[in-house]
Amino acid sequence: MFKIVRKKVFNPTETLLEIEAPLIAKKAHPGQFIIVRAFEDSERIPLTIGGYDREKGTVTIIFQIVGASTFKLNQLEEGDYAHDFVGPLGEPTDISGENVCVVGGGLGVAIAYPIAKAFHDAGKKVTSIAGFRNKDLVILEDEFKSASDKFIICSDDGSIGTKGVVTLPLEELLKSGEKFDKVISIGPVIMMKFVTEVCKKYNVPQCVCSMNPIMIDGTGMCGCCRLTVGGKTKFACVDGPDFNAYEVDFDEAMQRGTMYKAFEKKAYDEVKCNLFKKEVK
Amino acid sequence: MYKEYKPNMQPFKTPMPSQEPDVRNKNFKEVALGYTEEMAINEAKRCLGCPTKPCVAHCPVSINIPDFIHEVALGNFEKAYEIISESSSLPAVCGRVCPQENQCEGKCTRGIGIDKATGKKKEPVAIGRLERFVADYHNAHAHETNVEIKKNGHKVAIIGSGPSGLTCAGDLAKKGYDVTIFEALHLAGGVLVYGIPEFRLPKSIVQKEADGLTKLGVKVVTNMVIGKVLSIDELIDEYGFEAIFIGSGAGLPRFMGIKGENLKGVYSANEYLTRTNLMKAYLENSDTPIEKAKRVAVVGGGNVAMDAARCALRLGAEKVYIVYRRSLEELPARKEEVEHAMEEGIEFKLLNNPVEIIEDPETHLVSKLKIEKMELGEPDASGRRRPIGTNEFDYLDVDCIIISIGTSPNPLIKQTTKGLETNNHGCILTRNEFGLTSRDHVYAGGDAVTGAATVILAMGAGKQAAKAIDEELSK
Repeated sequence: MFKIVRKKVFNPTETLLEIEAPLIAKKAHPGQFIIVRAFEDSERIPLTIGGYDREKGTVTIIFQIVGASTFKLNQLEEGDYAHDFVGPLGEPTDISGENVCVVGGGLGVAIAYPIAKAFHDAGKKVTSIAGFRNKDLVILEDEFKSASDKFIICSDDGSIGTKGVVTLPLEELLKSGEKFDKVISIGPVIMMKFVTEVCKKYNVPQCVCSMNPIMIDGTGMCGCCRLTVGGKTKFACVDGPDFNAYEVDFDEAMQRGTMYKAFEKKAYDEVKCNLFKKEVK
Repeated sequence: MYKEYKPNMQPFKTPMPSQEPDVRNKNFKEVALGYTEEMAINEAKRCLGCPTKPCVAHCPVSINIPDFIHEVALGNFEKAYEIISESSSLPAVCGRVCPQENQCEGKCTRGIGIDKATGKKKEPVAIGRLERFVADYHNAHAHETNVEIKKNGHKVAIIGSGPSGLTCAGDLAKKGYDVTIFEALHLAGGVLVYGIPEFRLPKSIVQKEADGLTKLGVKVVTNMVIGKVLSIDELIDEYGFEAIFIGSGAGLPRFMGIKGENLKGVYSANEYLTRTNLMKAYLENSDTPIEKAKRVAVVGGGNVAMDAARCALRLGAEKVYIVYRRSLEELPARKEEVEHAMEEGIEFKLLNNPVEIIEDPETHLVSKLKIEKMELGEPDASGRRRPIGTNEFDYLDVDCIIISIGTSPNPLIKQTTKGLETNNHGCILTRNEFGLTSRDHVYAGGDAVTGAATVILAMGAGKQAAKAIDEELSK
């Protein structure tokens, strides 16, 4: 059992949990992930690590409430215990490169921030681009900014920062002659696909994406998280989650990501409905 | 020949009570229900007690089969259990999942010849069914006894809680070792819980084995991916373990590399079975989803393929195919599982090899499996006749495909353990029959060494390693 030592609700759909897990905190690196189960019968949820404190022995996860399982996870409060917490899984982000751009979209910002911080702490030049749907969904703005030499925020509706998607400021920077030797993108698959297209257009030497497919065990056993990279089948859990974005089949990854959409929606509606009934009683 | 009774000369095995095919293919309850005491005694009396004991010679762990069967015939079921326990730690499991027809029962004297009255081949003594009966009898009747074990203070770590790990842990704990099992998943049991379905091996049996270890003082730590959270070297240097047994199995699924294999609706058997068994996706209120497909093709012919096909049927599929590139004769699955699968209505597409998976352009789901008709040629390296393509193709309309063509050992431990040698299939190399690896004090056994094999071989390897570890540490 793993104790929740801190809970922070960013907004109605995004929550941070800081969890006591000293062994994982000791080994974790940016880009790796954990698997959490809220209760005894819960689904195994893979989440990329949002941060860790080796001295305190805690690991931070930030998640979006998208279905029944994340809804249940969000019911854990400070002092409660998560039933299972496994990690650190996957390979850490490679922090080579001198002039890097870290692009985060939505919840992806939660993972982009520790990666940016790792580069920044290593003395690399970091440009960060954070994109959100609107200003109410902004998370970790100050933290991300403090880990960046240059920080750009944008939103779909223009309610904060520049209006539009993350590829607009990225393309502007590249067009104006910015020579990134690496661009790392973390966010929805569609966003990573377009970031990669922009990078290709401007011949950025390295473009990396952090994939977050559906998983069960997270140790290479189920093959559910497989994707096509450079024409070969790779497992995000053991070969990734970071991949050379120029080689990733994003369209296939997007399709695979929708496998359980209908089930998730139904389960989510049921769990919300049950909870509502409880409250009415 | 035994003196106490006349042998029962019935030519065939005493039938095993089981759920009717048309009932059981809609539920996840155990298919075979087990012998009653009368049935067990009747079957046990078929054993002639031959002096050559071909059954013992073909048991991977050399259980003293005629002796335990003799005790069953006399009604001394606990005595029979003691005899089995001398050689086996998991009789309730092995009685259910061992491929007896290739092992003990394969060479049974009673299985030789044709029955004149029916013209059918005679059947061996049902050794597996008797083993299961004895283990179940013991589990139902044994009284809890708290045996005082004198601790010897030596610490041993076991990686993985599958058949080899459970066995190694049990044997060492009984000798007084301070044993800790590290399991990567949230539940102990390894392939016995994530792979083999409830209807073939009830999970309560596995739980009982794990609980038994806890009573012996074994610590089971779940959620520990060794190689990630802790390395073998840390276990030795920082945590003070004096010996390690690696029983991490062969969990990495193989794919065929054909077009369309990553489409939605294509599963590895590991994923399909893990969702169904470990995550209980078959229960109405499970949080873990699984596709309730209507038409399913399972590729492969092993036990895992049979399990996946029969799960698909129970999850509501109307049509389930087994697609296998060789013929019935080469089918590697346990005979009883093949028979059960056929009875339940699974269609076997033998001598057919999948060549492409075709997508429904609108839903992006699987819509067809293109298969090529095969012929058998000369025997290949495995000794089985090699399947050769005929250039004749057919299409199966399916909405789900489960790939069950084998697994390899997981590389996580190898990657993080200096000096641990493996072969080019990723199997850990051992220096002797006790499973000593290229690293001193580090032993390995089961599928991690052999590649995907059987529960009983893994159990045997766990026992051998326990012996060697005891010898090493008690010096």
